Amino acid sequence: MMDDLSLVMPEVVLCGFGLLLLLIEAFLGEKSKSLLGILTLIAASSALFFVLRLSRLNGEAFFGLYSLDPLASLIKGLILVILVLITVASIRYVERENAIAGEYYPLLIFSTLGMMIMVSTTNLLTIFIGVELMSISVYVLCGMFRENVRSAEASLKYFLLGAFASAFLVYGISLLYGSTGSLDIRAYSEAISAGNYSSVLMLGVALITVGFAFKIALVPFHMWTPDVYEGAPTSVTAFMAAGVKTAAFVTFLRIFYTAFLPVIKDWGGVLWLIAVITMSYANLTALVQENIKRMLAYSSIAHAGYILVAFVTGERSLSSSIIYYLFAYAFMNIGAFTCVMLMERKGEENLDIDSYAGLSGKHPLLSLCLSIFLLSLTGVPPLAGFMAKFYVFSTAIKAGYVWLAIIGVLNSVVAAYYYLRVIMYMYFKEPVKEIGEIDLSSPYFLVVFICIFFLLYLGIFPRDLTLLAEGAVSVFF
Amino acid sequence: MAEIVFKWIVFFIASILSIFSSVMMVTRKNPVHSALWLVVTFISLAVLYFLLNATFIAISQVIVYAGAIMMLFLFVIMLIHLEKGPEEIGKMTVSRIFAVVLTVLLFVEILVGVYFYRAWTVKPEPMPFGDPKTVGKLLYTKYLFPFEIASVLLLVGIIGAVVLAKRRKM
Repeated sequence: MMDDLSLVMPEVVLCGFGLLLLLIEAFLGEKSKSLLGILTLIAASSALFFVLRLSRLNGEAFFGLYSLDPLASLIKGLILVILVLITVASIRYVERENAIAGEYYPLLIFSTLGMMIMVSTTNLLTIFIGVELMSISVYVLCGMFRENVRSAEASLKYFLLGAFASAFLVYGISLLYGSTGSLDIRAYSEAISAGNYSSVLMLGVALITVGFAFKIALVPFHMWTPDVYEGAPTSVTAFMAAGVKTAAFVTFLRIFYTAFLPVIKDWGGVLWLIAVITMSYANLTALVQENIKRMLAYSSIAHAGYILVAFVTGERSLSSSIIYYLFAYAFMNIGAFTCVMLMERKGEENLDIDSYAGLSGKHPLLSLCLSIFLLSLTGVPPLAGFMAKFYVFSTAIKAGYVWLAIIGVLNSVVAAYYYLRVIMYMYFKEPVKEIGEIDLSSPYFLVVFICIFFLLYLGIFPRDLTLLAEGAVSVFF
Repeated sequence: MAEIVFKWIVFFIASILSIFSSVMMVTRKNPVHSALWLVVTFISLAVLYFLLNATFIAISQVIVYAGAIMMLFLFVIMLIHLEKGPEEIGKMTVSRIFAVVLTVLLFVEILVGVYFYRAWTVKPEPMPFGDPKTVGKLLYTKYLFPFEIASVLLLVGIIGAVVLAKRRKM
């Protein structure tokens, strides 16, 4: 039992801090806002410390319902770094928007806890509880800020559709349990290899795919994304784009590559189609968006499509490209959304692309940073976004999915238009309207610089992360 | 012998009551009455579960369905003022025809299921299966980890409700 506890130390620490933060706000009241932010940072970094200490371990705990492996450790590290970045960016943001900090930070922590749990288990029951813990915290976070109709709408919409998606997921899990008598995903590949191709099992696979496609926002399960990304507080949007998507994608990857690899050739057709529709639809729709948060929302859908390109192939040894993409994607998005947070002011002003016109004259540093993130999203070397796309598309080509790779590359050309359009507005257009004072305080820039550092580092020295990612995906063999 | 006779009597009362109350439920014009008849259906079903030795399911049936879900039903009915009931009765709309067809289909499906699985030969499960003790033991040993996480999940649900309700007052 003691060993079990030592394996789940990161989760225990995070959970304990989350509960502590709830109490602190209750006793100290409104004064404690920045204290709560700092405590969240301490929580995240101590959990990160334990993750690093346990990172070389392989083990199971709690009767196989929790397992620790290189993949889980690597992704938990990324998720905690995301939590740190979002928290730092939130410190000023929460004050500016006058949010209820006492619940904001604990909910961030609990949501992170849910992500960590779902990526480090092979049991569908634990995965489901982790997914729910993550999702319910995020539903609340979406509706948290201000007396804002959009925020409330986002929260309700996300909640209703998310509940529906969870129902699909749990229905799929129950069918899988019914057809194999096990909740452990490793049992499924054995059952399939032994010849269990029953329709109940396949229906279970289909429903689980639907459930995760919703969380990852793949077309046609993406309808909630633009509205929710636009309505939610920008810090939460960044958290959703980076954290929720990473955790959901890794869990999806683990389930498919551990359990359903024998059927991925049959499923490839469906996933192929979803990847193509997702990339094309999202990129074409993003072209006409005038709101930058909506544009980034569609861009995040498109990026999920690019990741799916590598996913479809079912090549276990090449799936490290997915992990690399998720890292690059997280830093690009957090950076871009932090710049949006800097620009917008209380009451959701300055969110349309027009307000970025001529920004370089007044705020050269901010425009430079935002340009770097947008260029990385486009996929321009030497930034990490380029290497990520390169790995993903070369995976597709190596696995013989040449057409898919071509469609993907064409899509990134289309995407370049709407990313570069913002840069063009910032540098070559005269200011259209008065955008008012911008709060250029250091926490925001700290986040921005960390993201830029990682984008450059991962872009120029991709080998370090690639090796780690290759070690991580070795759990599938 | 006396026990078997007693079980038969309980079974007949519970099953006749459940059929009667479900017929009453769909024929009432007042939605609140329908909802109350639904409670009777749920409770008599719970008695049937008890007779099959599925104690835990019986208890959850009472707590979750007869308790929590019914509260929600009544709440929604009162909230959107459905007490008066629908005005046009006897009109054949498309959705109604669809509903009738669907109901008949489901009924036939149940009959087929009863026939093929020989429902009249079903015996109660042996005692330790599905009683609260077994379920509880599993929850606190094998499934301890997800169980603990579920407690955090419930806490988050409570926080969420408080936060979203508190926001209005500001």
